[in-house]
Amino acid sequence: MIQKVVLSFPVDATDRSLTYDLVKQYDIRINILKAEIQAGKSGNLLVELEAEPQKLDEGIAYLIANGVTVSPVSSKVSYDEKWCIHCGNCVSACFSHALTIGAPDWKLHFNPDKCIACKLCLKSCPLKLFRIEFAES
Amino acid sequence: MKTYAEINEKIKNGKAVVLTAEEVSELSKTLSPKEIAEKVDVVTTATFGAMCSSGAFLNFGHATPPIRMEKIELNGVRVSGGLAAVDTYVGATDCNPASPAYGGAHIIEDLVNGKKITLEAWGKGTDCYPRKHIKAVIGKDDINEAILYNPRNCYQNYNVATNTTDQIKYTYMGTLLPKMRNAAYSSAGELSPLLNDPECRTIGLGTHIFLCGTDGYVSWNGTQFHTTKPVNEFGIPTSNARTIAVIGDLKKMSSDFLRGAYIEKYGITLYVGIGIPIPILDEDLARRVSIRNEQIETTVIDYGNGNRVLGKTNYAALQSGSIEIDGHKIRTAPLSSLAKAREIAGILKAWIEKGDFLLSEPVRPMPTGTSLKGLTALDD
Repeated sequence: MIQKVVLSFPVDATDRSLTYDLVKQYDIRINILKAEIQAGKSGNLLVELEAEPQKLDEGIAYLIANGVTVSPVSSKVSYDEKWCIHCGNCVSACFSHALTIGAPDWKLHFNPDKCIACKLCLKSCPLKLFRIEFAES
Repeated sequence: MKTYAEINEKIKNGKAVVLTAEEVSELSKTLSPKEIAEKVDVVTTATFGAMCSSGAFLNFGHATPPIRMEKIELNGVRVSGGLAAVDTYVGATDCNPASPAYGGAHIIEDLVNGKKITLEAWGKGTDCYPRKHIKAVIGKDDINEAILYNPRNCYQNYNVATNTTDQIKYTYMGTLLPKMRNAAYSSAGELSPLLNDPECRTIGLGTHIFLCGTDGYVSWNGTQFHTTKPVNEFGIPTSNARTIAVIGDLKKMSSDFLRGAYIEKYGITLYVGIGIPIPILDEDLARRVSIRNEQIETTVIDYGNGNRVLGKTNYAALQSGSIEIDGHKIRTAPLSSLAKAREIAGILKAWIEKGDFLLSEPVRPMPTGTSLKGLTALDD
């Protein structure tokens, strides 16, 4: 089972090896997609966690018990659909294929499961309609 | 053979047969150009894309005492002070370098949306214009005229951009990922106006058009008007060729079809929506508007490496989501909105069907035999 989540570390958790414990104690494979973390400060990790379902649940519970906030990526990425002109600039930059446009309706579609929060859509949208909380928290 | 007058008579009587360019392309799979010419009176074409060569003339009216505005700022953005006393031209790409993401195009959109704009202007003071400084708040209803005038819009075809280097390139064709991981194109293909009348038989000075939500006119050939680019077997120039200059009343426009935009690390541009009706006067025009995406070729350019030509492709391939160049499969995405272009073609079709929009015969045709000059710097 694979889950893509944002791990938000509080100040007192950034100097502990919590992700190491996930590997050693819970046999979770971690693929770090993005890191904004500094020792002594709060930080964020965008990760894919792969493990047996039970191990995954236990590992996430361990993180939460240690003050880490675990949230799905889908809740972190948004764009203002009302103002979107469906130009496709963001699609061009989105190499994870989370943003797509094409036949039949040629309107923008967003699949949060594929988003890796790389932030290229923030830069590439000519109307600046995208928001990613991960980058701002 | 039909005349403009005959087609307009049909429009007035609510009897004109109007199709969008996509509908007629579909119809051409079963009907010959001759049959289409007999059956169809008007075909609507459209595009909605970033068109940097756009702007608006504004006339602010005179204050008491009056000022000859020689330096003008709108919301802190410097605009032209070179037009008489209280006129300006807001170029879409005008900006304040200190805040480059807001500029002329956004001011134009703000005006359309009824927002208030801060005007500040300076003059040296003359006997007839004694005031030297003024600050005021204006909106579209407070000023005399607001006229959109775009010197170069609606490019006939455009290159496809990709990037062979190992660095991201931020260009006016959008964000180009390294190692040809994407390619960007900017045309509505078979719906695009100048691809449906490639030799401008019906598009000329005075052509009545849809412009940003209201009606407008083709005012001249667009700048960089190039008629001698190579064409393919279907008569389509295989890279950017002709353009049009357009004019219309900004006060009547809608931000549904006019949007200020900022392209990362490039600058400001204006998204402009244009719809052009093509009268089906004869079989030749019926054949032209029947053009299909697979017949419209364009050129793939390496924007990371000196605009090197990498190959050719067509709009059917581009719209399929990927093209192949030298054995590389490259993901494609548009920069202009086909969804909006379809909306515009549909609105124009509805206007004509209701008898609200008549066609105009050009008062002068577009030039022929033109090509582009380059620019030589003194130290070249």
